[in-house]
Amino acid sequence: MSIQATFDIHRDEFSLSVDVEIPEQGITALFVPSGCGKTSLLRALAGLDRYPNSRLSIGETCWQDETNFVATHERELGYVFQEPSLFPHMTVQQNLNYGVSRMKSMQDVSSDRLSRDNVIDLLGLGNLLARHPTTLSGGEQQRVAIARAIVTSPRLLLMDEPLASLDMDRKLEILPYIDALHRDLGIPVIYVSHDRDEVARLADSLVLMGVEGIIALGSIAEMLTRLDLPLAHGSEAEALIEATVSSHDDVYDLTYLKSPLGQVTVPGKTMGVGVGVRVRILARDVSLTLMRQTDTSILNIFAATVDEIVAEGPSQVTVRLSIADSLILARITRKSADLLGLKPGLQVFAQTKSVALLA
Amino acid sequence: MNGPDLIALLVTLKLALVSTFILLLAGTPVAWWLSRTEWRFRFLIEAVVALPLVLPPTVLGFYLLVALSPAGPIGAVTSALGLGSLAFSFSGLVIGSVIYSMPFVIQPLQDAFRAIGPRPLEVAATLRAPPLDRFFTIVLPLAKPGFITATVLGFAHTLGEFGVVLMIGGNIPGETRVVSIAIYDHVEMLEYTRAHLLAGGLLLLSFLMLTLVYRNRGFRMVSS
Repeated sequence: MSIQATFDIHRDEFSLSVDVEIPEQGITALFVPSGCGKTSLLRALAGLDRYPNSRLSIGETCWQDETNFVATHERELGYVFQEPSLFPHMTVQQNLNYGVSRMKSMQDVSSDRLSRDNVIDLLGLGNLLARHPTTLSGGEQQRVAIARAIVTSPRLLLMDEPLASLDMDRKLEILPYIDALHRDLGIPVIYVSHDRDEVARLADSLVLMGVEGIIALGSIAEMLTRLDLPLAHGSEAEALIEATVSSHDDVYDLTYLKSPLGQVTVPGKTMGVGVGVRVRILARDVSLTLMRQTDTSILNIFAATVDEIVAEGPSQVTVRLSIADSLILARITRKSADLLGLKPGLQVFAQTKSVALLA
Repeated sequence: MNGPDLIALLVTLKLALVSTFILLLAGTPVAWWLSRTEWRFRFLIEAVVALPLVLPPTVLGFYLLVALSPAGPIGAVTSALGLGSLAFSFSGLVIGSVIYSMPFVIQPLQDAFRAIGPRPLEVAATLRAPPLDRFFTIVLPLAKPGFITATVLGFAHTLGEFGVVLMIGGNIPGETRVVSIAIYDHVEMLEYTRAHLLAGGLLLLSFLMLTLVYRNRGFRMVSS
C-alpha cells in the first residue's frame, strides 16, 4: 500500500506542484531548500489548508479528491509542528490524553499498535506526566509533542522539522527517540527537513524537492548515490549502508559489522551483537587502488566495480562504485582517475579511512 | 441606607448582572469572529463596537429613546408583539446597557482570542477535536483571563451608567431608578449624607473590581 498525493499549491510567495506516491512505511524525508513551501505541503496533507484540484489517499482511504474533503479532525493523522505547541493549560498527561479520548470509538482499542504506556516508555516521559509544559525544557516539550501525536496510533505521522528549533544538545537528545519510533512503530512518517545529517540518519526514503516541485524520489541509499542529483556532489557526498553488528574484538576494542560490502570494521564497542546499524561512508574518505593493498593501515577495503564517473569541477571526479547490490561514492582527483585508467566496468578496490555509525 | 436607596442598589446590581450575562453570550461569538476574520471591512464592525467609548451617553440614550418609542423600529416590533414600548422599563435599560458596555466586553475577549493564535486550535484538530470541542477545551480555558477582564469591566461599567439611563429609563423606583440616578437626586435635594453613602459604596465596589482586573492581568503576564 502507498500514500498517493497530488497537490497544486499556489501562493503569492511560491507555487508548488506535487504528484507523488510514497511508501506507507518507514520514514520518508522531504528534503527541501528553505522557503519552498515545505510547511504548506505538510499543512495541505493534514487538511489544515485546502487547495483545489488536489488528491490524497492513504492506502484505500481517500482523504481528499475533487469532490471529497475529510476535515483534519476526521483524518487519523499525527502532526508534530516545528515548535512543540503543547497546550499550556494542561499537564503532560492531559496533553497526551487529549487525542486518545477523542479516538473514534469504533477503533478497537486492543488492536492499537501502541498503548499509551508504550509511548510514554518509548519517549522517556514517565517522570514528566504531572508537569506543566512551561516547566519543561525545549527538548522535553518536543518529546511530549511527538508522544502526543503518535499515541493515537495515526495512519500517517507528519513531522515538520521537529528538531529545527532545538540546539545541538537537544537534537542529540531527541534523535534516538525518533530512531526508536522508526524501529518500533509501523506508522509511516513524512519528515520535512533541510538538515542533511538528520535525513541521512533517519530516512528510509527521500523525496528531493526543488523550488517548483519534486526533483526525484527513491530509497535514501539510492538517492544519495545518484550522480544526476545534487546530493552526490559537493563535499558532503556520502553513501549509506545498512549493516548488523556481527562481533566484537576485545583485544583491539573494535566492532565488526556484517554488510553488503563485506566485513566493516569500526572502532569502539558501543553496539551489541545483532543490532542493526546504518553506516555512512563519505566520498572524500574513499580512495581507489587497482590491487588489494596489504601493506596499508586501512582496514576497510572492498572489492568494487566502477559504475559511473562524473567530473567534479576541473580537478576532481566522483566515482560511483557498485559492491554486490550496494553503491558507494569515491571522490578522487581527475589525475588519479586517468593514471588508474578508471572506466565503467573496471574492477578496483575501494579503501576507506573512516566509517561513521549513524545509529 | 434606607429602603429606596437599597432598592436602587438592587436594581443597579440586577441590571449589571443581566447586561453582563447577555453581553458575554452575544459578545463571545462577535469577538471570536472579529479575532479570526480576514474580511477587509472588519474595521467597520470594530469601529461600531467602539462607538460607545466615545459617544456622549446622552447621544446613545437619545437614539435609543427614539428607537424604543412606539413609532421607532424597536418599539414597533415590541408593540406588535404586545409588549408595548420598552422605554422607561427595566428591559429598555438592559438594551441600553448592553450597547453602552459592549466595547468593554468585546474588546478584551477579542484581544484574548487573538493572543491564542491559530496554532493550539490546529494542534487540537490534528488530535481529532471537532470545531466546537476545540472552542470549549482550548479557547475558553486559554482565554480565561480575557473573560474575567471582560466580565468585570462590563459589570463595573454598567454600574456607573447615568446618561443612557436618564434618557431612556427615567426614575421609576424598583424598575429604572439606579444608584447613579439616586445619587443625583440626593445631591439635588442637598441630602449629602445619603449621597455619600451611595457614592462611597460605588467607589469602593468599582475599585475592588478593577483591582481584580489588574491583578488578573499581572497574573496572565507571569503565566504566559
